[in-house]
Amino acid sequence: MDFTRLAINRRTALLTSAAIAANVINPLRALAQETPRKGGVFNVHYGAEQRQLNPSIQASTGVYIISGKIQENLVDLDADGKPVGVLAESWEASPDGKTVTFRLRKGVTWHDGKPFTSADVAFTAMNMWKKILNYGSTLQLFLTAVDTPDPHIAIFRYERPMPLNLLLRALPDLGYISAKHLYESGDIRPNPVNLAPVGTGPFKFVKYERGQYVMADRNPDYWRPNAPYLDRIVWRVITDRAAAAAQMEAGELHYSPFSGLTISDMSRLSKDKRFVVSTRGNEGNARTNTLEFNFRRKELSDIRVRRAVAHAINVPFFIDNFLGDFARLGTGPIPSTSTDFYPGAGTPQYPYDKAKAAALLDEAGYKRGSGGTRFSLRLLPAPWGEDISLWSTFIQQSLSEVGITVEIVRNDGGGFLKQVYDEHAFDLATGWHQYRNDPAVSTTVWYRSGQPKGAPWTNQWGWQDPAVDKTIDDAATEVDPARRKALYAEFVKQVNTEVPVWMPIEQIFVTVISARARNHSNTPRWGSSSWHDLWLSA
Amino acid sequence: MRIFRLAGRRLAASIPTLALILVGVFLLLQFAPGDTVDAMMAQMGGGDAATAKELRKFYGLDLSIPAQLGNYLWRLIRLDLGFSSIYGKPVASVILERLPPTILLMTASLSFAFFFGIVFGVIAARGVNKWPDTLISILGLIFYATPSFWFGLMAIVVFSIYLQWLPAGGFENIGALQTGIWRTLDIARHLVLPTLTLGLIFLAIYLRIMRASMLEVLNLDYVRTARAKGLDETRVVIRHVLRNALLPMVTLIGLQAGTMLGGSVVVESVFSLPGLGRLAYESVVQRDLNTLLGIVFVSALLVIVVNFAVDLVYARLDPRIAAEG
Repeated sequence: MDFTRLAINRRTALLTSAAIAANVINPLRALAQETPRKGGVFNVHYGAEQRQLNPSIQASTGVYIISGKIQENLVDLDADGKPVGVLAESWEASPDGKTVTFRLRKGVTWHDGKPFTSADVAFTAMNMWKKILNYGSTLQLFLTAVDTPDPHIAIFRYERPMPLNLLLRALPDLGYISAKHLYESGDIRPNPVNLAPVGTGPFKFVKYERGQYVMADRNPDYWRPNAPYLDRIVWRVITDRAAAAAQMEAGELHYSPFSGLTISDMSRLSKDKRFVVSTRGNEGNARTNTLEFNFRRKELSDIRVRRAVAHAINVPFFIDNFLGDFARLGTGPIPSTSTDFYPGAGTPQYPYDKAKAAALLDEAGYKRGSGGTRFSLRLLPAPWGEDISLWSTFIQQSLSEVGITVEIVRNDGGGFLKQVYDEHAFDLATGWHQYRNDPAVSTTVWYRSGQPKGAPWTNQWGWQDPAVDKTIDDAATEVDPARRKALYAEFVKQVNTEVPVWMPIEQIFVTVISARARNHSNTPRWGSSSWHDLWLSA
Repeated sequence: MRIFRLAGRRLAASIPTLALILVGVFLLLQFAPGDTVDAMMAQMGGGDAATAKELRKFYGLDLSIPAQLGNYLWRLIRLDLGFSSIYGKPVASVILERLPPTILLMTASLSFAFFFGIVFGVIAARGVNKWPDTLISILGLIFYATPSFWFGLMAIVVFSIYLQWLPAGGFENIGALQTGIWRTLDIARHLVLPTLTLGLIFLAIYLRIMRASMLEVLNLDYVRTARAKGLDETRVVIRHVLRNALLPMVTLIGLQAGTMLGGSVVVESVFSLPGLGRLAYESVVQRDLNTLLGIVFVSALLVIVVNFAVDLVYARLDPRIAAEG
């Protein structure tokens, strides 16, 4: 490994982190007292076009970044990360956890003028969330019916107890409502409304030119008084990250969400007064870098080898030198940003210790052979994000120092998912685990056994542990919040002991936004939220 | 009448090639791991197995590969390019939308490169080994050796960020949509930098070819005759040399028009233009077979047409070629 170059990297990384810290705090504090200004066009970087834009049938930030302004969810998260009503005004659960009642907001209309009612909620929940929406179909697996005794009351009935705090933390992402009258006839998936969304939100869809831009205008009949401030939002399709950074600098873009620029451009722009570069407002989109082990490889099914691999990699060094201020040391599948469930760092950890790694490998019976090699492994890195690419190279070099040769096999998105989660043609794999505010949404599937072959981001390691399965199942239906938190702490302890997947780095997406923007980044999922209070200063 | 017969013969000869290309691309994409549903899952950030199965059925991927290929070819015979899984609409209309920016950019940069290639090539050849020749040759080498994405980004930095003369990207001004002549001018403004970026590399090739071919023709006997007749040098160059020196240029433009019609992924990405190159790239990453095959089909057709046109131009430039054909 070339340490001289890394030393320079380290210095620049530290300098830029100081600059970022300074830049983040100042503009926000200084401008707290201004009067909002109406008008203006807000230009947003849109990096990857989706096949459709309806958030009721596709849960991804690439959809929310646009349709989160056009369609609305039942609840969203407030500045403290607590659920706050949007289309729902209040809610309550029955003591057995099998019914949840939502009282809906009155006087809300769809962009085409029809009134919003509980029939829309029932239709969306039963036909979209339960049947089509990714993660929604798992969350609503035991949903049996949605009763609508009144146009403004929706009662969700579950076969098994549904913890209210799980539902409320999942619904900001998995709770977008679509209009029943536009979807009730014909198939939902090919419905053209999916590409010209109609909602109740602060902005009305205007136009989508594929490959170029999406446009939405102010909704004059929006239910929140005096909102929104902006006249228009334009999402510009720019696939090249360097070109997007150039357009930010040329003033043609105001906002690049979700780490849409290269790490070096983000560091550079953070020193420019015209921009704010920060992880703030993305706490609800935390992710961890993974190292996934395939137990079908004899060596990796030995717990001593997995632990040795973890001990052989100097994670703090990697973070300091390559990710800088944009990442921190992870302690397991539940990231520290998840205040409701984070169990602390007291669970089993694997700090960097090369001697211990070597000793564990010797003990497992894999002594250094000729040329100092113990055995070789194939590592498949996911193609999203430059951090994964850097991380995979770092793993390769770290493991070669303890005598494990690693061959890196790169694929594009479809190829990576197929080879890892369907064909199991990997020894090690690395990518991102997305944490969605509650471990039951998209985290426990990484560990629960019995996942169907081919389901991406699930336990495809050839590993199962009845004790872990039981903890996961108990927690998923536990209605008492305190007991649920304790169960997830137990879960983290168990999986950190067994390490079928190691999650040593925590990351939050980075926002690059014009310093003219006000009221931005003020909720944990701001990029996805409705932007009803966003405005541009002169 | 002869032209039509020739055209018919050419078209008939290219059908087997076309079929071979389509089947080849279809099979090649089968070797790539993952299908369009895997790609979609990657984009969505996950989903369960039931969703995936449902989607595979929706996209017709539950059939066997020979059945899928058979279906595709049968549809093609009926001139139906199929349905795009990324865009959710017929491939023909997706391609039709992307064709105008591609053709505009390609025509603009090829004309730019062709015209200035001729001018600089002639200047260089006439002052061979003197300073204009050296200067032009060095510039040509620099243009040729510089990667186009770097050129593009530097052009954005200079003309859009510092000087603020030209837009940094996009096909037209979205903030204020214009109509008529203003829209034309607006699009032209947006195409200046991409045209230069794409054109400079081709310019380098053209001026080298033009220079070499001019030098060759300048030494032929009939040029000496023309000079001996007492014609002035400009007349000799324009009427006698240029026309014959153009033949290799025409060959080259025929070949390159074909490649360029496939679009330029790099320039389209750097300048955020909605062209065929980016569409093709996206269809590979998203494993959208129908769209990719559609693009291959359309570009292959265009190549055949352009090559035919080039043959006709040959005949005009040099009547001996037509006599043999």
